[in-house]
Amino acid sequence: MAVNEESLKMNLLTVSPSPHITSSESIPKIMWSVNAALVPAVIFAAWYFGMPAIITMLVGVVSAVATEYLVQIIRKKEVTIKDGSAVLTGLLLAMCLPPNLPWYMTAFGSFLAIAVAKQSLGGLGYNIFNPAHIGRAALMVSWPVAMTTWTKMTTPVDVVSSATPLNILKQQGYAKLIETFGDAPNMYKAMFLGMRNGSIGETSAVLLILGGLFLIYKGYIKWEVPVVMIGTVGILTWVFGPSGLFTGDAVFHMLAGGLIIGAFFMATDMVTIPITRKGQIIFALGAGLLTVLIRLKGGYPEGVCYSILLMNCVTPLIDRFVTPKKFGARR
Amino acid sequence: MKSFHGGVHPDDSKKYTAAKPIETAPLPAKVIIPLRQHIGAPVSPIVKKGDTVKKGQLIAQSDAFVSGNVHASISGKVVEIADYPHSVFGSCMSIVIENDGLDEWVEGIPVQRQWEKLDAKELSGIIREAGIVGMGGATFPTHVKLAPPPDKKIDTFILNAAECEPFLTADYRAMLEYTERIVTGVKITMKVLGVSTGYVGVEDNKPDAVKALQNAFNGTQVKVVALPTKYPQGAEKMLIKVLTGREVPSGGLPMDVGTVVQNVGTVVAISDAVTKGIPLIERVVTVSGSAVKEPKNLLMRVGSTFADALSCCGGLSGELVKIINGGPMMGFAQSTMDVPVIKGTSGILFLSKKDVNYDKESACIHCGRCVEACPMGLNPSMLSVLGERQLYVEAKEEYDLLDCMECGSCVYVCPAKRKIVQYIRYAKAQNAIQAQKEQAKVAV
Repeated sequence: MAVNEESLKMNLLTVSPSPHITSSESIPKIMWSVNAALVPAVIFAAWYFGMPAIITMLVGVVSAVATEYLVQIIRKKEVTIKDGSAVLTGLLLAMCLPPNLPWYMTAFGSFLAIAVAKQSLGGLGYNIFNPAHIGRAALMVSWPVAMTTWTKMTTPVDVVSSATPLNILKQQGYAKLIETFGDAPNMYKAMFLGMRNGSIGETSAVLLILGGLFLIYKGYIKWEVPVVMIGTVGILTWVFGPSGLFTGDAVFHMLAGGLIIGAFFMATDMVTIPITRKGQIIFALGAGLLTVLIRLKGGYPEGVCYSILLMNCVTPLIDRFVTPKKFGARR
Repeated sequence: MKSFHGGVHPDDSKKYTAAKPIETAPLPAKVIIPLRQHIGAPVSPIVKKGDTVKKGQLIAQSDAFVSGNVHASISGKVVEIADYPHSVFGSCMSIVIENDGLDEWVEGIPVQRQWEKLDAKELSGIIREAGIVGMGGATFPTHVKLAPPPDKKIDTFILNAAECEPFLTADYRAMLEYTERIVTGVKITMKVLGVSTGYVGVEDNKPDAVKALQNAFNGTQVKVVALPTKYPQGAEKMLIKVLTGREVPSGGLPMDVGTVVQNVGTVVAISDAVTKGIPLIERVVTVSGSAVKEPKNLLMRVGSTFADALSCCGGLSGELVKIINGGPMMGFAQSTMDVPVIKGTSGILFLSKKDVNYDKESACIHCGRCVEACPMGLNPSMLSVLGERQLYVEAKEEYDLLDCMECGSCVYVCPAKRKIVQYIRYAKAQNAIQAQKEQAKVAV
């Protein structure tokens, strides 16, 4: 019988447990998609801030990848630099840095992000904190001056400024802020498009939102996270305005600082946020709340980075108490 | 149509066999009939080596209620009663019958019976005699399902015609070709249960089957419903939820919410047993997969081997790397093709390399896709991590390990390619071992 001969020939059958088919989803696919989602903002930054920004981004990515490679070689682990996650950490870190930061500081930040915040805890999936934000926070305490020194930029009304909009607000007040941009509509337009001072990748709200929408469409992030975080900031800054209740400039606060990039790309970092939709909403709410607290009451003009890191701390706690709705649970 | 939470959308791969009418497989030279083809007490042979048996003859039985009679599927000589490979249990005591080529019925079969004239008790007795078990794959003895304890009031019967496993088309073909027998089987089942409300749930990727059944059940109390195509639509609990809105409680059975669910093949077997007196000795099997030359829906005798199925389908068309008993989501991989078709074998898949993945597992990245996909509302990510770290008790007590039905939706969507179901099965087994140990301690 033909079949028996065939069964003799095929002596190596794969025997593995079900399910025997899986979707084409993979970690590299997710990570590279997030990188791709950042590309529009990266291109804008390269054009708007020029060479210094390009160098910072290159140094950020290269040192992140090199660190990951070296650590994995030393730890005798599989080298996973091709999965795009180290590239993403380096890129996100660079996008949260001032354009003119000396290259060795960028490199140091990337090194810390990968070696300490990610690999020392076991690598991708085991990290508690967003690695890029740990890198940024470390640079902030190591070189506070360099980290808050901004390029002299020409604003739409030809006022030369070397401060970010949030800096101006914190130090000189709201009137001065409006004056810098001419009028309020001009300011909103400039901030929406990204024609303002700030960290390399945080300025262009429209392009970041575009990238975020792509990730929502792909199902890699949940829309509730950016909406709730940005919404919380908007509502609270409007309510607790500078001249009494309900006098704040919500639109300005929603577009300012690192909120857009943070809400779409950091508060959605799946490794460090709760696993359930409800948990992620709580996370976003908390991050928004802390951001406003730091911006309005804290010493720093901006609080997105710290608020996300603080919420990362409570992620396991949220996961412990916010669980999926179980089928057939006895009520 | 309201859907259930979670679920996944794998390619249904039914196109290879959907249009192929059921073909009767040639009689095999011998059959290997395992003594365990059902959940419950094993049966003992009542024939011995050297005996001559006829088709339909009872060859193994048990006094236990939760068990299923076994009949000869061909006529011939018992040549061996020995341990043989089994498609679910690894290996099992089996009766081997050599075909005499006569295909003769045992005396008294077939008969002509009017089911309407029989009462519920008589019908149930016939079903038990005929050795009918759930043919969707779970192989729970049908007569047991039809005899719920008196405190469980059954008001709804559901025919599970979802066939949500990719590749499988055995039920689909039966719906088109055995429509009348399905109607009769459903009516008999409903009479046994004493219920007047019935549902037939079919996934909407089989519109012609929906239509055929709607026509056939026209004028009865049975409603044929087209359900959204989503795996695992055919899981009992999901099916009941979608059709009736009732949720089977954790750890409970369909009868806890007043329902009984049967599979398409099972009601066909019920119809044959009652109206013709024929015991369960053959079934429709979908033979498909990328390594089969000519995928088909075959009517096969119980005890024919997977190798028989392959030779009926023109043999291999490529390098064979995996054989699956059942569908790709919940089926069992085989180490040989010399395993027999049993009452629960709905499909046999022969897969070549391109359909088999060797993905390497990595750490969970907490993406939450498994949580979104889990129809039972569990946290598969956490269960896999607890399994990996050997925290079995915590998995059971705090993360509802035992509610997992191992449908595989979580593994299907996992980008880290984690073997979540494997961790869960292992954790369940460890809990069972622990429970046994504790029981032993109490006994001492």
